[in-house]
Amino acid sequence: MERRDFIKLGGVGMGSLMLPISGIAVSAEQMLDKPMDVAYKKKLADIALNAAKAKGATYADARIGRYLNQFVTTREKNVDNIVNTESAGIGVRVIANGTWGFASTSNMTPDSVAKAAEKAVAVALANSKFQTSPVQLAPVKGTGEVSWQTPIQKNAMEVPIKEKAELLLEANNAAMSNGANYITSVLFLVNEQKYFASTEGSYIDQDIHRLWAPFFATAIGENGFKQRNGLGNPVGMGFEYLDGLEKDKIKIKGANVGYNNSYDIVEDAAAAGKQLQAKLKAKSVEPGKYDLVLDPAHLMLTIHESVGHPLELDRVLGYEANFAGTSFATLDKWKSGKFQYGSEIVNLFADKTQPYSLGNVAYDDEGVKTKEWDLIKDGILVNYQATRDQVHMIDQKESHGCCYSQSWRDVQFQRMPNVSLKPNKKDISAEDVIKDVEKGIYIAGRGSYSIDQQRYNFQFGGQLFYEIKDGEIVDQIEDVAYQSNTQQFWNSCVQTAGKSDYRLGGSFFDGKGQPSQASAVSHGCSTTRFNDINVINTARNV
Amino acid sequence: MTMINQETAKKLLSKVIALSKADECECNLDGRTAGNIRYARNTVSTAGEESDVVLVVQSTFGKKMGVATINEFDDVSLEKVVRRSEELAKLAPDNEELMPVFGPQKYLESRTYVESTANVTPDDRANAAEASIAPSKKGKLVASGFLEEEVTFNAIMNNKGLFAYNTATNVDFSVTIRTEDGKGSGWATRNYSDYKMLDTGKASQIAIQKAKGSVDAKEMEPGKYTVILEPAAGVQLIENMINNFDQRSADEGRSFLSKKKSEGKDAPLNKLGEKMFDERVHIYSDPSNPIAPAAPFEQNGFPREKVDWIKDGIVKNMPNTPYWAKHSKTAYIPGGGNIIMAGGNESLEDMIKNTRRGVLVTRLWYIRTLDPQTLLYTGLTRDGTFYIENGEIKYPIKNFRFNESPIVMLNNIEGLGKPERIDGNLIPPMKIRDFTFSSLSDAV
Repeated sequence: MERRDFIKLGGVGMGSLMLPISGIAVSAEQMLDKPMDVAYKKKLADIALNAAKAKGATYADARIGRYLNQFVTTREKNVDNIVNTESAGIGVRVIANGTWGFASTSNMTPDSVAKAAEKAVAVALANSKFQTSPVQLAPVKGTGEVSWQTPIQKNAMEVPIKEKAELLLEANNAAMSNGANYITSVLFLVNEQKYFASTEGSYIDQDIHRLWAPFFATAIGENGFKQRNGLGNPVGMGFEYLDGLEKDKIKIKGANVGYNNSYDIVEDAAAAGKQLQAKLKAKSVEPGKYDLVLDPAHLMLTIHESVGHPLELDRVLGYEANFAGTSFATLDKWKSGKFQYGSEIVNLFADKTQPYSLGNVAYDDEGVKTKEWDLIKDGILVNYQATRDQVHMIDQKESHGCCYSQSWRDVQFQRMPNVSLKPNKKDISAEDVIKDVEKGIYIAGRGSYSIDQQRYNFQFGGQLFYEIKDGEIVDQIEDVAYQSNTQQFWNSCVQTAGKSDYRLGGSFFDGKGQPSQASAVSHGCSTTRFNDINVINTARNV
Repeated sequence: MTMINQETAKKLLSKVIALSKADECECNLDGRTAGNIRYARNTVSTAGEESDVVLVVQSTFGKKMGVATINEFDDVSLEKVVRRSEELAKLAPDNEELMPVFGPQKYLESRTYVESTANVTPDDRANAAEASIAPSKKGKLVASGFLEEEVTFNAIMNNKGLFAYNTATNVDFSVTIRTEDGKGSGWATRNYSDYKMLDTGKASQIAIQKAKGSVDAKEMEPGKYTVILEPAAGVQLIENMINNFDQRSADEGRSFLSKKKSEGKDAPLNKLGEKMFDERVHIYSDPSNPIAPAAPFEQNGFPREKVDWIKDGIVKNMPNTPYWAKHSKTAYIPGGGNIIMAGGNESLEDMIKNTRRGVLVTRLWYIRTLDPQTLLYTGLTRDGTFYIENGEIKYPIKNFRFNESPIVMLNNIEGLGKPERIDGNLIPPMKIRDFTFSSLSDAV
């Protein structure tokens, strides 16, 4: 793999990922540089805020960011690439004449920072000519000077490169010794050092860490090939996530091992090799109606697509109409207080506070303290996800704290918080959920996923499919995808496992907005059953 | 420091190369200045400007390579970045696939830069947005759109004598116009190198027409239909297919271009030279295309020239890397910077006129792979799907989910229209028989 080609992993199953390629690379030792002095960041931020106010801004915020990434990519026995990137700069957002304006610069001299603020005001004024509804911000009390850090045990940036490369190569070897012909494994590390300041008196310093270690394995058979991706999750944790602790493993008899807050990548890669060989011999699914039992590492993506996105208020209001789309979950449905999004056992909540989750921060990117709130309660749609300039449109006075920007360079806007399905109050296991299914399919891992722009019609695949007969997992099967309608699907939810089975899955590079930005978000759930779902066969001769 | 001209880039990179102590040293200097405006609900929502320049230094000792970059350009910083890349190279494990850098090359003349795009102001963008919003408001419709223009430059130099420099401009505009009751939605997009060619008001008229025309869509049974895919509907399927043309994946047995093991040991590894598509299919890359030009060199400085991927329906070339070319004893064929699909002279309107029964598809959305072996994709129609009967658009129809492979699609060609630029590529409207729609969507 050539330099910077780490972003071109499409051929090995990563085509759908949107990787942040805006960073600049730095050496390993520089990763450990001390973050910029807080007092200096405050001084720079104040220069920006004062410059904006002097030009007529009625509100301004400044985000000084230092974003460190590390990517280690390996292929079979080869370490293809080790890339360290750093991106630092300041983004200034203002309201002038009731209109938003934004500008950013990587040049952090006082003069350049002031000019960026002035440019943001100029952009706001140019656009205010055509503004019809002035921006209204929900009130936020200034925080003064505060700080927060992701609760990590081992800073992954400090772990020697050698140790990281060896772990990935060990996983590759495990996969290939057990039946895989090819494997690519990658370690992504993210450290966002973010300083937020606003004209309302907030000065918030946050140090955020995320990690993901996916792999993509392939086996070649007589008549074609099969692929199996890793079942690990992206997390808001340090390198301790890769300790592979036994207590965090959930073993499903006859199927896969699920991972909670600790991932055994070598064990998973070995299993992938064996499962690939089984996939090559597996029978093709008979299309029809099945009861589906969905593993958390799979269901997380269904939650993401069919609940997370449709309940983003900017989509509901039409701000994403030209790109990501709008939503079937319209305001009239919410206002009725009776819209049955799911069955009575369906309780979905939003938060940016769950430990180990990708969304976990103390304050969002407009200085709002994060919290937890209900989206769907006893199956009824009760709320959305909103930012400061949106909540007045749903008659609420407090922002939900959902504002995020992928870097200092880009403007912050409404992004999905963690959206999770509450587990069964009765602490039953995944196998308890499987045991009552007569004719069903158990699906693990995220596969192909596609949903329309208003989030009605979706079709999802997975990594592993097992036929369930009379309460037991029997055989691995192939070519499975289920097609459904969001409301119909969630109303067919009949049982969830309990809190002991609750696991966080996540999306490391969720894309939205124009220009498009990536964000990371987790979804928690336990193994869940949905009855009578339409399953199609995806095999086709060409 | 934003845009850097060729002379300055050459001086700066020469200074960097002179500092190198490595066996090989190669540097890229890449910069981008961009402005954008976004609107929704008939008003501007966000807008901004951004710029950045990055210097990438790659140092090699034997099979060890290190890369470091910086965005400061004083003498101390340049020395620092060179030393850092050399230190990283010494720490790196051997890369068995590492290949030497290229020596001096000759390039085709570049066509990628148009001056007008470099002079766009915040007021220009605001006026362009207003030209789209005003007719929408007047028609009691709701407009949302996005306009972004960018100027980029890329320079590369190495210690084996290679130097290349290119500047490029790009303008992207898209607009979605919906009826107030949300029952109709229309879309249009424009992509140019030259900002002067952009008429946001004119493009918005198409979206308005489709929004009004798609109200009260009727349900049609899923199944196989003759479709006319507008260029915006076809481009992603074609792009996805060409992105899967990689020779190494094919040779390794994990591509739609792989021969199966069951075909025997003597069978070639890949399908190079096989006729896999209708003989009218001609897809190639060409940096000199006047409508959709690309930079005349790859990121590694290797020259781009016109290269056929499919001609007369036959697989003509597969892109590879210098390493895989050496390993497989074939020529190095880089991926090319654009996708040009040859078409005919028929306009979209003529294609509709010449259709007895069919479905007009404005665009496809959320396309994902179902089976990489057959390139079976799923996705949905969006923002204007219409039933055609006896050469006329009869009525709007509800959106469909499709499950289809471009391999099948390019064997079922009924006609190809006049290509249009989209996403930096040139794609014709395509009339395809037996296109598979698998279910209905309620989405508008």
